[in-house]
Amino acid sequence: MLWIAIRMLTGDKTKFYGLLFGIAFSTLLITQQLTIFVNLLERGASGAYNVGEAEVWVMDPVSRTTDVSYALPSTALDQVRGVPGVEWAVPHLRANASVRTKDGDLEGVAIIGVDDATLIGLPKQMIEGSTDVLSQPDSVIIDDVGAIRMFPSQSPLDERLELNDQRAVIRGMADAIPSFTSTVVLYTKYSQALRYVPGTRNRLSFVLVGTADDVDAKTLSERIENQTGLKAQTRDEFARDGVQFIIDNTGIPLNFGITVLLGFIVGVAIVGLTFSLFIRDNIRQFGALKAIGVTNRKIAQMVAVQAGMVGMIGYGLGVLGTVGFIYGFSGDPTFKGFYIPWQIPLISFAAMVIIISLTGWIALRGVMKTEPAAVFR
Amino acid sequence: MNGVSAICTSGVTRDFPAGQNTITVLHGIDLEIQSGELTFLVGESGSGKTTLISIMCGILWPTKGDVQVFGTDIYDLSDTELVNFRLKNIGFIFQQYNLIPSIDAAANAAVPLIAQGMPVDQAREQAKLMLDKLNILDQADKLPNQLSGGQQQRVAIARALVHEPRLVVCDEPTAALDAKSGRRVMDLLREVGVAEDRSVIIVTHDNRIFDLADRILVLEDGRITHDGTEMPEDH
Repeated sequence: MLWIAIRMLTGDKTKFYGLLFGIAFSTLLITQQLTIFVNLLERGASGAYNVGEAEVWVMDPVSRTTDVSYALPSTALDQVRGVPGVEWAVPHLRANASVRTKDGDLEGVAIIGVDDATLIGLPKQMIEGSTDVLSQPDSVIIDDVGAIRMFPSQSPLDERLELNDQRAVIRGMADAIPSFTSTVVLYTKYSQALRYVPGTRNRLSFVLVGTADDVDAKTLSERIENQTGLKAQTRDEFARDGVQFIIDNTGIPLNFGITVLLGFIVGVAIVGLTFSLFIRDNIRQFGALKAIGVTNRKIAQMVAVQAGMVGMIGYGLGVLGTVGFIYGFSGDPTFKGFYIPWQIPLISFAAMVIIISLTGWIALRGVMKTEPAAVFR
Repeated sequence: MNGVSAICTSGVTRDFPAGQNTITVLHGIDLEIQSGELTFLVGESGSGKTTLISIMCGILWPTKGDVQVFGTDIYDLSDTELVNFRLKNIGFIFQQYNLIPSIDAAANAAVPLIAQGMPVDQAREQAKLMLDKLNILDQADKLPNQLSGGQQQRVAIARALVHEPRLVVCDEPTAALDAKSGRRVMDLLREVGVAEDRSVIIVTHDNRIFDLADRILVLEDGRITHDGTEMPEDH
């Protein structure tokens, strides 16, 4: 009977494709929007994850993220270096500045000052040039997404900038995860960054710490907090706080949540309506099957197979559409590094199961209510 | 030609709710139909013949009374047992055929066998033998909408007979056919449906085929008013 159920379903091509479209569109909307949402949120962690070497971040107790920080006195660096278990500790500066390009355009940028000696604080990969270029005077390294934004149709290398009224020359391009706001990021040496950032008494944003072999990051961060009174977090903790800051301070969870909900509602509406029409069109056939001697259980199995088949194919198409979307836009800097976390297809699968179960159950009620005797009327 | 009792009803009454009132459609029908008979159930619209035939073939519960089909008190069976009883023992020919539009003629005819659990290919092959008997084997691979009305009806007949049921129930089998085609269908039903251990009951008000019946039951206002081999003259 399941063979007949499938043939009944696929035989009415208009409704079959309508059902597939409903599920596929709903899955696409839910999967794609959740993917964008999660990837955007994860950009709140980009500042922490761009600095792969730092296992512990030390900051002022009021600092919250890489972009929302309160400067430390320069003595903090020595304090941290004095904590047992600290393998190394380097200064890290983050500040905002304005750039005037040679074309006269104004652009807000983030300046990141990395340790002069070790260059810890730079992203791991360079796309153009090498990290050594920072030893040249007035050198800065631009992030790749920022470069496309600032110099859309040309190489940024050797471009001269007026950075807070000081000369800067781009001599390299780093492969970095963009920030949530996709602000252009310029990396330079810490000592150079101090020149670019307007003078205030304290300008040290963070102290980046590497742990000794005999201590784990969590233990060391607690030890640093106890001994210095500063706030210390492991890389993952600090990254999580960056994500939480976006959740707490932007409307994107609500906006994306509404879109995901709309995807679900559209799925229920299209699939529910089409499935009901399909069942209604076949109600006499179902009635005849019941009269002939097909049990309600087998009828329920038939409807379940029809719903399940539509669900699985539609879901597959929807997820495939999302993969296509992510793949298609992978070259666009807006979507750089976007991926589909494995949990999202599971969530959209659960949503699809709910849609199919709900609409299948409503359709099945109509079939079950049909009396076999109705076929004689 | 008469054999064992195919259907035996005693005191079958059926009420239907109509708002706050109740309408009694059948009034204590007592009836016995022998196997080997082609029985016509005749009556005007609203006389209760559809209700009676639905009760006789186990798809509508009587309000009162008993129904035995080949010795089995069908309304003493559980729901599942009754469904299985229908599947094995009763073949249906509906007025509107109710063929499944997306499967071909052979598969439509094979539905009772597939429902009994026979593999689709095997059931189709068996159904083709029946289609051959009904002279439409060449249409076996066609969908219902590619068949004429008469061909669709033959597929419906094949579906009713493919599992060799002991009782075949037909609802207005000739209503949509011209006189010649109608008689041909009746001949066909008699040829393949009526046997010593089988019985065919036909609900009809088509007076063009009354002469083909072995027995005619006339139903009026829920009561059998005539039981004979010919129609009464006042009809």
